[in-house]
Amino acid sequence: MSVEDLTCQELVEVVTEYLEGAMPAEQRMRFEEHLAYCSWCQTYLAQMRETVEVTGMLREDDLSAEARDALLRVFRDWKEP
Amino acid sequence: MLQNLRRGDERAFMTLVDRHGAAMLRHARVFVRDRAVAEEVVQEAWLGVLRGIERFEGRSSLRTWLFGIVANVARTRGVREARSVPFSALTDDGPSVASERFLGAGDRWHGHWATPPEEWGRPERELLSTETRDVLGAAIANLPDTQRQVISLRDVEGWDADEVCHVLELSEANQRVLLHRARSKVRRALDEYLTGRSE
Repeated sequence: MSVEDLTCQELVEVVTEYLEGAMPAEQRMRFEEHLAYCSWCQTYLAQMRETVEVTGMLREDDLSAEARDALLRVFRDWKEP
Repeated sequence: MLQNLRRGDERAFMTLVDRHGAAMLRHARVFVRDRAVAEEVVQEAWLGVLRGIERFEGRSSLRTWLFGIVANVARTRGVREARSVPFSALTDDGPSVASERFLGAGDRWHGHWATPPEEWGRPERELLSTETRDVLGAAIANLPDTQRQVISLRDVEGWDADEVCHVLELSEANQRVLLHRARSKVRRALDEYLTGRSE
């Protein structure tokens, strides 16, 4: 292992830069070289990806009936104050 | 539909509410933590929509226009409630993973995992049980404001980085730092829950 190798501790700090495609080519190469031999960091990277995916499932797509009624009142008050 | 709304048609209004209402509420909650306050913000925003509909010329998309109104109302409220936290979220936030989980300076493998991550090993659909959803929700709610705003827009709403930078008035680099801090903490919370181990 040469001195320039990325450590695991360094890798976890730049994961988002990697996932965002914001890494300069040279750093990206070091990142991927590290990943190639480090299954633990592969696991870590997979967990970060999974975190992003499950966070995307938190969306609530419906308005509550109460909130909807409140907006209907807003409309009626606006129309005929 | 906008024509009908301008004429004061109630059904046109409710169609618009059903199409964009939930997204507008979520957008308000990006800026205002409290659900009840967020609902007030949305009501005020819709009133702004009704008052402004005559002037909406369709130069921006309807969605952009609606979200812009929500953001303006929410910001005004946010200032009134003194809820916004300054940029401390960018500094002194601690490491993404506790340093105890790595080998120390004296070790030949310094900086490599001492306590490596364990595979979660569950498919994502199963992973998002009500309980997991609560863990995720709580982890996001506990983030500093700017981190919470960035992760909500990026990962919950699925906006791209440019849009988020624009709406939150952040530089690209700051947006990325905030996103990284937020995601790292949410990952940590999930990890503690799924492996039953705390850092």
